[in-house]
Amino acid sequence: MELAIRRQLVPRLIGAVPRAGWVALAALGLVAFVILPALHLLAPAGSRLHVSAYVITVGGKIMCYAIVAVALDLIWGYGGILSLGHGLFFALGGYAFGMYLMRSIGREGVYQADLPDFMVFLDWKSLPWYWRGTDHAPWAFLLVVAVPALLALVFGLFAFRSRIRGVYFSIITQALTFAAMLFFFRNETGFGGNNGFTDFKRIMGFSVTAPSTRVVLFVLTAAMLAATLVATRYLVRSKFGRILTAIRDSESRVMFLGYDPLPYKLFAWTVSAVLCAVAGALYVPQVGIINPSEMSPGNSIEIAIWVAVGGRGTLVGAVVGAALVNLAKSWFTAAFPEYWLFFLGLLFILVTRFMPEGVVGLGRRLLGGRPA
Amino acid sequence: MRALSYLVLAALCARAAPAFALDEGVLSKLASEDSDDKIAAIRHLAAVADPEGLRVLRALSREELQVAGGRLVIADGDRVLDAATGREVRPAPEARDAITINNRVRRELGGALAALRLFDPDRGVRLAAAQELMRIASPATEVLLERALEKETDREIRTLLSLARAEVGLKAPDPAARLGAVRALGASGSPRVRSLLAPLLDERAEADATVRREARKSIDAIDARVARAELLGRVFSGLSLGSILLLAALGLAITYGVMGVINMAHGELLMVGAYATFAMQGVFERFLPQARGWYVVAAIPAAFVAAALVGVLMERTVIRFLYHRPLETLLATWGVSLVLIQAARMTFGAQNVDLANPSWMSGGIDLGASVVLPWNRVVIIGFSLGVLAVVWLLMNRTRLGMFVRAVTQNRAMASCVGVSTGLVDTAAFGLGAGIAGLGGVALSQIANVGPDMGQAYIVDSFMVVVLGGVGQLAGAVGAALGLGVVAKFLEGWAGAVIAKIAVLVFVIVFIQKRPQGLFAVRGRCIEG
Repeated sequence: MELAIRRQLVPRLIGAVPRAGWVALAALGLVAFVILPALHLLAPAGSRLHVSAYVITVGGKIMCYAIVAVALDLIWGYGGILSLGHGLFFALGGYAFGMYLMRSIGREGVYQADLPDFMVFLDWKSLPWYWRGTDHAPWAFLLVVAVPALLALVFGLFAFRSRIRGVYFSIITQALTFAAMLFFFRNETGFGGNNGFTDFKRIMGFSVTAPSTRVVLFVLTAAMLAATLVATRYLVRSKFGRILTAIRDSESRVMFLGYDPLPYKLFAWTVSAVLCAVAGALYVPQVGIINPSEMSPGNSIEIAIWVAVGGRGTLVGAVVGAALVNLAKSWFTAAFPEYWLFFLGLLFILVTRFMPEGVVGLGRRLLGGRPA
Repeated sequence: MRALSYLVLAALCARAAPAFALDEGVLSKLASEDSDDKIAAIRHLAAVADPEGLRVLRALSREELQVAGGRLVIADGDRVLDAATGREVRPAPEARDAITINNRVRRELGGALAALRLFDPDRGVRLAAAQELMRIASPATEVLLERALEKETDREIRTLLSLARAEVGLKAPDPAARLGAVRALGASGSPRVRSLLAPLLDERAEADATVRREARKSIDAIDARVARAELLGRVFSGLSLGSILLLAALGLAITYGVMGVINMAHGELLMVGAYATFAMQGVFERFLPQARGWYVVAAIPAAFVAAALVGVLMERTVIRFLYHRPLETLLATWGVSLVLIQAARMTFGAQNVDLANPSWMSGGIDLGASVVLPWNRVVIIGFSLGVLAVVWLLMNRTRLGMFVRAVTQNRAMASCVGVSTGLVDTAAFGLGAGIAGLGGVALSQIANVGPDMGQAYIVDSFMVVVLGGVGQLAGAVGAALGLGVVAKFLEGWAGAVIAKIAVLVFVIVFIQKRPQGLFAVRGRCIEG
């Protein structure tokens, strides 16, 4: 039985994505797996073809954001659940993997102690219990997935069971991430207070700053993004996805038809949270820092605008939106730092007001294609 | 220490020297070349402790005391005053030499002035001096305290002085005197007095059993008083936090109730109100400096109008077009909030602006035991209750209020019977925004006013709305005050951050049980 499912899964996955999608994914793969790494590692630093470390880092960062955007699109675009707290899951994944990175510093910290620097600074004598085992990468990977999944599962169970939805749900997720941010800001929590984790040295024995390590992380992120797109596409095209969409459109009717919406919403919600956490874990070694401001309500709500700009309910739109908004942010904060907030604010207003289907929806309409 | 030795000296001389007009002989010593003579004269003047002497010593410390033809005069701006009598000397003598003082004399002078402050005509100065004395009370100051007590009429200062005297009394060799002192100290509410009394419980320190028993009683009385005052203070600060939350949540409850719209820019409307208050302060300083203290009152309508205008503009340009898309409204209003923050930052600067508390709002009601209810918070609680009353009347006794309630209950039906729902939406949104502006006025008196101030209140005020239920004034009131008081109690028990987290978690859990809030409206509708 299991074998049969496995045999069916591959063709189903292939069938889930249209041919144009596979072409696009192949192009992405070619660029991310071959061309950019080659140009970064092989082309000499002075040449015109050289891709700088900055580009690799920004590219990796944006792909992490894109995974988060796809995760949010899964629940918002298809489930009608707008989370304003997805930054929390992202940060939790980042913190879980950050613990491993902190332990990998070993005795090379400022105080040259066995404990991470911030613990020495707080005059702690031993690791708190929840840090146990974090020096082993597999345990850290497990934490990256398990902690956010558990939190999402418990929170989702409570929220969906009492049929909290719409703006109520959004507000409560915002409160959740806000509370978590305050919690992580405390020094006593044991996650470095408002400085968070930084000054990483090594990852699985390789230097985090080495070009080859960066390229590997970049390639891994690209692979994760591609896998996320294929998997979520498969998910939303399946029967599960159709019921999820039906719940979005009219939860009561779905209930009257005899379905219990709870497991569908809960599953989508938890998958979404785990995807965010994995993105966070990939993000931290590339950016080199994780701190509680990642959990600020503002950050989480920004994720929603990536999805809205790209076009919700179109998974590829989330990627496009995350890339567009973040490239614009990089450019604005360098060129006109004081106007970035104006731009972002107007983006929120204008996109929701005039472009409810986002860039992808607009493109489809201009090309005369049928709406998704 | 110098002040202390002076107090001792002043005390010792106090009885010997009856009050008299300033002695020319003493004054002339001040003009002496010899520092020892000067010091003796300063000591004498300090011991007499009358306002005339104080005036001369002050003049000396400012080097305004001058010699003119063998007579001491004080140069007071353009005028010249006779040092002995304080009357103006006319015509002003031409040749005057300022009396110079060296560092040794200056030190003596500083100590003398400190002790004399206990007899200053200004109540504030005396109060500060008495508090200072509380800290340095010793047997040597007893006489001075007695003397100050004889003259003192102010109740608060008298209390301080008699406490200080009782403290001295604790060290008296006579058990009866100690007993009296212990009893007198029982009236205090200060932890410091408690720590003074604590050693008396020990047999080795206190031989007399009666005194020990009284000391225990007095300590218990102090403990009870401190606990009561702290409880009261905590309830009060909870109420004042709650009243701010109430002002923030009241507007939100109206807009959410009427339109089902979550306005993420609500916190920024608070900010608009606070900046309107700041602008009003500027206007008063420029044009009405004599009525400066009343700028807060003038700011109330200004803030209401400013915030209401922003709200109406928002409703007409953005929110109106996003009906039936509540999630997107949430994002759009968040965008509005970002624009407002940046606009405030560029107009008023990224730094917090300074708002002066008007004098009639400073100070507070002293509950003893170092718990003071500040007037500004008392005023804010009253103000919120006033706003609440006006909103209640508006919603329940006016035509507009009736329309707003009708649209809240059933938009389609209200529209069918001829209510212009579009206008009601705009009016309700303007009203909600205006109330937020009023909240900004209140907030400007107790919190920092800066571009980011609104962000801190948005989550809290949503919690109030969520807890209180949609469009329910009673719910909002109960939830705001309840959350405020609970938060303050948790704060005292577990620290501010944990308290905040606990409240948020509580609201999240609460919603599980009662998704419609504290005061749910029963209905038979089902959404979607």
